[in-house]
Amino acid sequence: MIDSALMIAILVSAMRTATPLILAALGELVVEKAGCVNLGVEGMMLVGAVTGFAVGLTTGNFALAFMVGALAGAGFSLIYGVLVLVFQVNQYAAGLALTILGGGASAFWGQTWQGRNMRGLQPVELPVLSELPVIGVMFTRLDVVVYMALAATVIVGLILTRTRVGLILRAVGENHDSAHALGFSVVKVRFAAIAFGGAFAGMGGAYLSCVMTPLWIEGMTAGRGWIAVALVVFATWKPARLVLGAWLFGLVSVMQIHGQGLGLAVPSHVLAMLPYLVTILVLVLISRDATRIRLNAPGCLGKPFRPTA
Amino acid sequence: MNARIPPSSDDAKGNTRPARLRVSGVSKQYPGCLANDDVSLDVRAGEILALLGENGAGKSTLIKVIYGLVAPDSGMIEIDGKARAITSPAAARAAGIGVVFQHFSLFESLTVAENIALGLDDAARRRDLPRRIRDIGERYGLVIDPDRVVADLSVGEQQRVEIVRVLLQDPSILIFDEPTSVLTPQAILGLFETLNQLRREGRAVIFISHKLEEIRTLCDRATVLRGGRVVGTVPVAGASVNDLARMMIGQEMPALGAGSAGQGGPVQLAAHNLSLEPANPHGTALDRLEMRARGGEILGIAGIAGNGQEELLAALSGERLTRTAGAVTLAGQAVGRLGPGARRKLGLGFVPGERLGRGAVPPMSLAENGFLTAHWRVPLTWRWVISTRKRNAFADRVIDEFRVATRSQSTAAQALSGGNLQRFIVGREILSDPRALVVAYPTWGVDVAAVAAIHAALVALRDKGAAVVVMSEDLDELLSLSDCVAVLYRGQLSAPIPRDQCTRENLGLLMSGAAPLDTARTPAQGDVDAA
Repeated sequence: MIDSALMIAILVSAMRTATPLILAALGELVVEKAGCVNLGVEGMMLVGAVTGFAVGLTTGNFALAFMVGALAGAGFSLIYGVLVLVFQVNQYAAGLALTILGGGASAFWGQTWQGRNMRGLQPVELPVLSELPVIGVMFTRLDVVVYMALAATVIVGLILTRTRVGLILRAVGENHDSAHALGFSVVKVRFAAIAFGGAFAGMGGAYLSCVMTPLWIEGMTAGRGWIAVALVVFATWKPARLVLGAWLFGLVSVMQIHGQGLGLAVPSHVLAMLPYLVTILVLVLISRDATRIRLNAPGCLGKPFRPTA
Repeated sequence: MNARIPPSSDDAKGNTRPARLRVSGVSKQYPGCLANDDVSLDVRAGEILALLGENGAGKSTLIKVIYGLVAPDSGMIEIDGKARAITSPAAARAAGIGVVFQHFSLFESLTVAENIALGLDDAARRRDLPRRIRDIGERYGLVIDPDRVVADLSVGEQQRVEIVRVLLQDPSILIFDEPTSVLTPQAILGLFETLNQLRREGRAVIFISHKLEEIRTLCDRATVLRGGRVVGTVPVAGASVNDLARMMIGQEMPALGAGSAGQGGPVQLAAHNLSLEPANPHGTALDRLEMRARGGEILGIAGIAGNGQEELLAALSGERLTRTAGAVTLAGQAVGRLGPGARRKLGLGFVPGERLGRGAVPPMSLAENGFLTAHWRVPLTWRWVISTRKRNAFADRVIDEFRVATRSQSTAAQALSGGNLQRFIVGREILSDPRALVVAYPTWGVDVAAVAAIHAALVALRDKGAAVVVMSEDLDELLSLSDCVAVLYRGQLSAPIPRDQCTRENLGLLMSGAAPLDTARTPAQGDVDAA
């Protein structure tokens, strides 16, 4: 029997672990809905993490830190945008290049801050919810970004399905030639989507270095960018499922740490693999339904756009 | 049908009023091809102008220029006598121009209303859209449910969406790019009603086609394009089909189709109790389908796209395997579990619908493309090594016998025009000496001379005793070429109907599901398509 304090602790950690994933994956979802696959999420997260940490440490202003992290991620993603949309480089190659470049660049810029730590962003107390019995305590331990990430998911979902901007974005991702024929600028829409994706990946990175583990270590994203990319597919390009997937990953991550603490007779390396393993397993199970994947997948995903004129 | 409005009094007095749309001196040079060369035309209010020309005559380029998708090198567009700079589709729509394209620019995963909303620039027009879609639908006979997802619509219904989308902008000039190529005969009549209604309302309509009979029933004048130039503009009333054909292709119309009937022999290619799930979510499952193609006969397969054509072709060619081997038989042998290579070895030839990417590897040379399918039956190797000499000789034979216009056998497949590449692909299959040949859309996007050559080649193969299965969306082609025609509807195939019992009307009823299908085994379903 797990006592409620432990359960709350696990849930809180799980929500916090999920937050950078939700942010990064939500950005990638928008990019993919516009028809581009940006495999550079890991790189953009690292760039956001190092710049966010630098600003957070020097100014102590977390709003500014997140903003700079987002701007850095967006600026960095434009490298991908220019390669893919202007020079029509293969999307997968351009994304991989971005990941490698981001890893190197963040390590280089972060030398000054390597190993330094700070007091991270503190939790807030939600007025009504925190008075609930048993689980109320949870709402005193979460920080504002956790809620903002969830709100962003709802807002992005509504924009995609209910507004003209979202409709145009989906149209561009579904069939770029038709969208072009209708007079929409495929390149502009995709640039905007890519920058949005970069900004959200940057914020995801900043969350890691400013909130979850408030310090900077080289390569501290540890593959979370890749999980974010996988989550988008796992969620079949639907924001709500994306949140569920991120929570699943977060929950397994936290439980395996507690499992290690309890001294289970399983090598810790195997336990550390669990979140990735479970996520991949669920991904594979979901992907078995090829019809659903194809129905939701943007029609022009990963295809280069060459205007015929 | 032929309720023509009388020409307006201005026209009678020598056409003092400026044309609704006048295009003058449009030229557009593409690398290696002068697509439009000093093209001029005009269309008046309350008139349907036919724009007639072969594939590659420059019709599409001209439409793209008028719609602001392509910037011309020179030329001018006037609307109601005033020169307008049309630099984008939005500018064209603002000037009152609407285009219904041949290849629909619809988004499959979006609903009808969402698709239409995308095409409307003006926010006021987007308000209350579902009701307005229904209103337009009633007025022009274009009934469509705004909440349905486009992927679930038939091709004819998708075209209605395109037309409604254009009509919601209330354009004064409408351009229809080969609108009848995807429709059943009945649906074509419905479309003509809509077009006549547009003419009665005083709109200017440009109707693009290469089907001369349609132009004769519908249009007032015809502007003929050939090789990027305007050959002439004539009133349709005084011109015969032959006159128009001569203007369009620059020579007498060659004989198309089969001149004689085939001699039915033993069954060479058959499908028995063939069921197959669709490969993509918008496909149609084959449902206990029965097909028998006799040697010495051409079996035509008619049907509206999306009724299982893709699945049937994949099952016959071996791209997809059937659950039981006996579902597909070739000369009596069960081949349902054999892949395409093994089937070719046993004597199956296959010409897919997509020439580039499926029928041929685009960047590879003709010789290499010839080798890829022919080596199963023609000795082109020495042990396991490709014999360059034999391979090139085979390609040269195809080029020679089927008069493929190409510099040599080392030219890349993608460098050939559609008609020439199709001549090569069909020729390569025929010279592999097949027992049975399955041909999908053999003359799609092919010029008339090549159509005649391909038809003649298929008839010659038939007369050698092979079974030929032709799948086409062009009923005229099937009726002129086939010895019998079977109709594919919702994954079931009707029993073959001998050519002398086929009419456009009875095939059209079967294709749209309005008449029950007489399959060899299952009682036909009584459900009727809303089309």
